[in-house]
Amino acid sequence: MGEIVNVEKVGMKYQSLNGEINAIEDISFSVEKGEYVSIVGPSGCGKSTLLSIISGLLKATMGRVVIGGEEVLKNSDKVGYMLQKDHLFDWRTIYQNVVLGLEVRKILNDDNRRYAIELLKTYGLYEFKDKYPSQLSGGMRQRAALIRTLAVKPEILLLDEAFSALDYQTRLAVTEDIYSIIKNENKTAIMVTHDISESISMSDRVIVLSRRPAVVSSIHSIRFDCPKRTPLKCREDPNFREYFNTIWKELDVHV
Amino acid sequence: MSDTGLNLSPERIAYLKKVKLQKTATWLVRLLILVLIFALWELAARLKLIDAFITSQPSRMIKTLTNLYNAGDLFVHIGVTCLETIVGFIIGTLMGIFIAVLLWWSEFASRVLEPYLVVLNSLPKVALGPIFIIWIGAGPSAIIVMALAISLIVTILEMLNAFIRTDEEKIKLVETFGASRFQVFLKVVLPSNIPAMINALKVNVGLSWVGVITGEFLVSKAGLGYLIVYGGQVFQLDLVMTSVIILAIAAALMYQGVVLIEKKLVGNQAAQKHS
Repeated sequence: MGEIVNVEKVGMKYQSLNGEINAIEDISFSVEKGEYVSIVGPSGCGKSTLLSIISGLLKATMGRVVIGGEEVLKNSDKVGYMLQKDHLFDWRTIYQNVVLGLEVRKILNDDNRRYAIELLKTYGLYEFKDKYPSQLSGGMRQRAALIRTLAVKPEILLLDEAFSALDYQTRLAVTEDIYSIIKNENKTAIMVTHDISESISMSDRVIVLSRRPAVVSSIHSIRFDCPKRTPLKCREDPNFREYFNTIWKELDVHV
Repeated sequence: MSDTGLNLSPERIAYLKKVKLQKTATWLVRLLILVLIFALWELAARLKLIDAFITSQPSRMIKTLTNLYNAGDLFVHIGVTCLETIVGFIIGTLMGIFIAVLLWWSEFASRVLEPYLVVLNSLPKVALGPIFIIWIGAGPSAIIVMALAISLIVTILEMLNAFIRTDEEKIKLVETFGASRFQVFLKVVLPSNIPAMINALKVNVGLSWVGVITGEFLVSKAGLGYLIVYGGQVFQLDLVMTSVIILAIAAALMYQGVVLIEKKLVGNQAAQKHS
């Protein structure tokens, strides 16, 4: 174990004709290998911006991000991104969707193809590989999207409100599902969410951001005593409420 | 859902029967309207309720058609016009899509060229006819250029708009895999805009006909547009009406051709979706 992601004094200013928006300011934290970290904060505080900066999609105006000892300057190969919706392409079969990342990175060789098939088999989508996304349920689509991300063998997963497009029932089931896959594959994960319960139930640590310009207002270590941790079990744990109340107060939501 | 199983419920059978009946009825009434129009037309002309010299009449149109056929001219005229339209349609569509791709690629170029495109789009292209004739010469080439002038700008604008409206999040997705601009286009923008492209094809079929007939009105020695103008000048309404009806049939057939292409491109996917 060791630190795999270091976010060092990262700040971001957006420029537009109407003026300057100071989205995030001086954010620093680090993530250990195999850790599951959530970032919560008031809506519009720049959580997603932070993820884009970590992945290298956006260039920070201040500070830097280091992943596995290397500074992130462009889109990092070590990072896999999960977006709000599954964004499976209607015109591709599930298999073709799953190998999209390999195609784009031009590493669609036999080994990687086999690995993608292996993932489909392990996570119960193999028999659907020639179906189109519209033939799959919401939960299965989300799983296919995760396999698409895993197929390029990222070390770190970034989840940007990855479950918020699902209805509540599906969402609980999908978090359970995705969480077990991420743990099974031993990936490091950084998740952005506005759902406090979701962040507590899934994470080892929760980072709370302030209102814009966002800074880290506190970091909470989440510990549950249950032996085989799953998001649903965590929700039933007596400590869950306590964590929830602490973070809720921290967020200081005014309606 | 499939009805291949033989044990259908009586309600299902009744429903399917009703759907089939409705379909047949629709076709029957359509055909009836057509027959009725021509019959009334013929009747009115025979009873001298209308002046067949001005309105022509179906029986005289059939005679004109046979005359044209016997003189060996009929298919020459149809062929010339169809060829001009198809060539104009293909060049207009391909060039339009290609230019739209370039403009999507370079935001700067599209910003610079925007006012020019807007002006060219609102300009009545017929006004350019004389220029084309003088520059290119009176002949099929000038007519094809006329068809191009009418369909090209619309295609560019329509396709560019579709390209620009591609789902940003889908683009972000391939960018998270490190996609280049070219890959973004190839993997996302192009495939997600196949429906828009087919729409452009459909619009272009119509516009190409407009362009070709306009061109033939201005300058031609053969073609359906030529027959219409010639017939008008010598006051032979039979010739004009016959040509208009041939034109309508040819245009409808070409449109159906595009619909077939659409079914081939989109239908495959849809068929698999619902299998």
